[in-house]
Amino acid sequence: MTQALVEVRKRQMADNDRKQSHIRNFCIIAHIDHGKSTLADRILEYTGTLTSREMQEQVLDSMDLERERGITIKLQAVRLKYKADDGEIYTLHLIDTPGHVDFTYEVSRSLAACEGALLIVDAAQGIEAQTLANVYLALDNNLEILPVINKIDLPSAEPERVKQEVEDVIGLDASEAVLASAKNGVGIKEILEQVVQKVPAPQGDPNAPLKALIFDSHYDAYKGVVCYIRVIDGTIRAGTPMKFMATGATFDVVEVGTFMPRATAVAELGPGDVGFVTASIKNVKDTRVGDTITNAKQPTAEPLPGYRRINPMVFCGLYPIDSSDYNDLRDALEKLELNDASLRFEPETSQALGFGFRCGFLGMLHMEIIQERIEREFNIPLITTAPSVVYKVTLTNGQQVDISNPSEYPEAGKLEFVEEPYVKASIIVPKDFVGAIMELCQGKRGEFIDMQYLDANRVTLKYDIPLAEIVYDFFDQLKSSTKGYASFDYEVSGYRQSNLVKMDILLNGEQVDALSFIVHRDRAYQRGRVICEKLKDLIPRQMFEVPIQAAVGQKIVSRETIKAMRKNVLAKCYGGDISRKRKLLEKQKEGKKRMKQVGNVEVPQEAFMAVLKLDE
Amino acid sequence: MIDTLTARPPLHDWTPRALYIHIPFCTNKCYYCDFNSYVAAGQPIDAYLDALEREMERTVSALPPETIRKVFVGGGTPTVLAPPQMTRFLASVSRHFPIAADAEFTMEANPGTTDPDKLEAMRAGGVNRISFGAQTFDNGLLAAIGRIHEADDVVNSIRNAKAAGFANLSIDLMFGLPRQTLEQLADSVSRALELDLPHYSLYSLKVEENTLFHRLYERGELPLPEEDAEVAMFEHLRERLGGAGYGHYEISNFARPGYESRHNSTYWRNEPYYGLGAGAHGYANGERHLNVKGVQPYIDAAQRGLPRLETNPVSPREAMEDFMMVGLRLRAGVRQADFARQFAGARLTDVFGAELRRLLEQGLIEATPGEDGYRLSERGVPLGNEVFGAFLP
Repeated sequence: MTQALVEVRKRQMADNDRKQSHIRNFCIIAHIDHGKSTLADRILEYTGTLTSREMQEQVLDSMDLERERGITIKLQAVRLKYKADDGEIYTLHLIDTPGHVDFTYEVSRSLAACEGALLIVDAAQGIEAQTLANVYLALDNNLEILPVINKIDLPSAEPERVKQEVEDVIGLDASEAVLASAKNGVGIKEILEQVVQKVPAPQGDPNAPLKALIFDSHYDAYKGVVCYIRVIDGTIRAGTPMKFMATGATFDVVEVGTFMPRATAVAELGPGDVGFVTASIKNVKDTRVGDTITNAKQPTAEPLPGYRRINPMVFCGLYPIDSSDYNDLRDALEKLELNDASLRFEPETSQALGFGFRCGFLGMLHMEIIQERIEREFNIPLITTAPSVVYKVTLTNGQQVDISNPSEYPEAGKLEFVEEPYVKASIIVPKDFVGAIMELCQGKRGEFIDMQYLDANRVTLKYDIPLAEIVYDFFDQLKSSTKGYASFDYEVSGYRQSNLVKMDILLNGEQVDALSFIVHRDRAYQRGRVICEKLKDLIPRQMFEVPIQAAVGQKIVSRETIKAMRKNVLAKCYGGDISRKRKLLEKQKEGKKRMKQVGNVEVPQEAFMAVLKLDE
Repeated sequence: MIDTLTARPPLHDWTPRALYIHIPFCTNKCYYCDFNSYVAAGQPIDAYLDALEREMERTVSALPPETIRKVFVGGGTPTVLAPPQMTRFLASVSRHFPIAADAEFTMEANPGTTDPDKLEAMRAGGVNRISFGAQTFDNGLLAAIGRIHEADDVVNSIRNAKAAGFANLSIDLMFGLPRQTLEQLADSVSRALELDLPHYSLYSLKVEENTLFHRLYERGELPLPEEDAEVAMFEHLRERLGGAGYGHYEISNFARPGYESRHNSTYWRNEPYYGLGAGAHGYANGERHLNVKGVQPYIDAAQRGLPRLETNPVSPREAMEDFMMVGLRLRAGVRQADFARQFAGARLTDVFGAELRRLLEQGLIEATPGEDGYRLSERGVPLGNEVFGAFLP
């Protein structure tokens, strides 16, 4: 190598070092409603990434569903340029994170791509249980945490109290916490300065073999799979022969780029960069979120550790109302699985509902979101069966089986014992609601563990509760019994033996597999009664009388009857208006087609979710 | 062999023998009414009658009529026309259409809108049957459904009509009204039967969109009787009218033998009819049409041509479905012979074999005794929609 070339190379390396030392990767941790999306919007605005004219509220929440519900479901990554007080221009990558407990998995993904996190705490409400869980995740990932006290413009804001709380509860030094009002644009500059000064620049060797983490991906009709990556070592550019280390698939890179916030092609991504890569990947199964990308010709020795794979906790059956949508439903689930590795599904068959899928979710919100996305984004009307948890069943022959579908529950004679998952629930409430919460938890078979005052006004209650009880209507009841003031989080604490039975529902004497559920023996009678009443209201009168029965084994524990339809006839032809008559009859027929024929009974969609909404 | 499912059915070449004319004016709008009707005050009634004449001219030149055997003037309330308007209107009808001497010529009327002068104009103009909208004899209920007459007006109107020489009279009663009780209905039936008329129509209230009742219903503020109570009312009607010697010849209609409405039977037998006036429906030449609905738009449209809003061809299959859907409303049911006449020899069992078998199994229809046909069973009558709907795609 000539001296000149060595000089060039040295200069390049210096440039790279300089570039890398000016990158900051950070995410935002916040409870729902504490102003994360607004703050992200202000940061984009302040750094000129978007002019205010381009601002659409909550830029980072790009799904309709996210905007409507005001929550973040999928994470996003944006590149910002910021000229700091030291006169240098920094490249900041802001990686947005979901706030809800069901999306912990997604949070852990964004944390793995960052060196720092802003911890947003509402100046009036203080720390919520959910925030704590994510802060601990961030600490586990060795992230630099920068507390921000937001919403100081509120009349009820108590920034000093909340600062104290951050120190007491989390043990973070909050003396330099930024006091901000994202709504009014107060404190944005201070936040950015702290990001530059306190968040470490990414480590990583530009000359080492390529090592990049896929932290998300989505499917684009034109470009194929778009992988969101964080480069750890090496560089990646168009033409790089890349290899997915877990799946073994190789592709030549077509395009690399960053989000500014629109996807924008760049020449290359180096250590510390956050962006995307496409390679005309058509098969969504070739890419897996959490996998490591390397250079196929010069591979790295060790893949990155990836993510803690979280097992789904809640299962339900998803069936297309129109059985011809089955294959479309499979495609939809595969596309969603692409960037939601926590979603599980496998084909199942129900006598009542035909062909569908048993799907696993992290929690109830996750389940609802997936259902809604399938119905909206893929336009497939669904029937959802009541959610179930995974029971560990030990048979009399000593064999152990996991049951996530109540209809597969073994008959009593073959069953030695059953264990069900319990969670440790942490509920933070104003002290006035402690009584209501205790009553609710006890009603849900909860066992009291602990109660602690966070401050003079707020209390943390800890209970061990069967997950199955939370899966039912715990959230709704929690909300209604605390006027929405409770904050709730849970983690699985293990399996316990329980006295459970399977309850079957019979319509017109025929067992409907999709309506079976598992219930504690002491509550079987009560649940059976309520569900029979519910179904009686939900199933319209038929041409004949339809008995509804709830049974445990051979024993009928409850019975209701849907009376036979007695009158359904149009009064009159209005001046020979035959078309109107026809339309009315056609409409009636259309309504019937939307129901599921179970035996000879027509059952509407909502009935299959009826067990969920038991106001006992 | 003709494929009866694709070939043009003979029915579609039949010349209509029935004529419907719509007078879209009322003194006020009732709360349940979604018919094409407008409050008469300030409406261009004479211009409307001019436009009607124009439509008559255009109609008879497009489809020259043969002898008309039944005429029905509906509304609205045709009797809001003043006697001279009435005379002029009826004269124009018989000028354009050859009406048989023994034709059934019905006009709808509301109690309180028929004084002796008007009745005389109607009689002189050819009307020989009047159908009064009585609805109920309970003054409280009448007010609650937006009627402006009282029970006594019904009695007086019938007395006047009889005095003017009308014998073929009918009244409409409604059941299933908000807060209506079986006792109230029973009382209305007694009062109706005291009038000793040859024909009664008994309609259950149907809440239609774009009515005051619909808005109340949507808000949960329309206290309709429960299904079981409504069934009890219907049963009561059937018993009382049957006991008094009236035949239940159609789901909502009862008559003494020989007094069944011939015009309405046109609809139920799936036969063609002329339809004139704003918002009127007609069925002729294999097409169903709907006229322009508003009064002024209708007047304007009739200047330019036939005032059609929609004209829809009826496929042979659709016509067959209609045949079943409307024909089974008649207690006499549908006859194979009529079906064959309308559809070039087609057989009911070939076209609707599976549907008929299923309905027979469910006990909703039965084979007509002594005839090659089908009718609603006793159990099928109140569940008619389940039967009619079965023949639709």
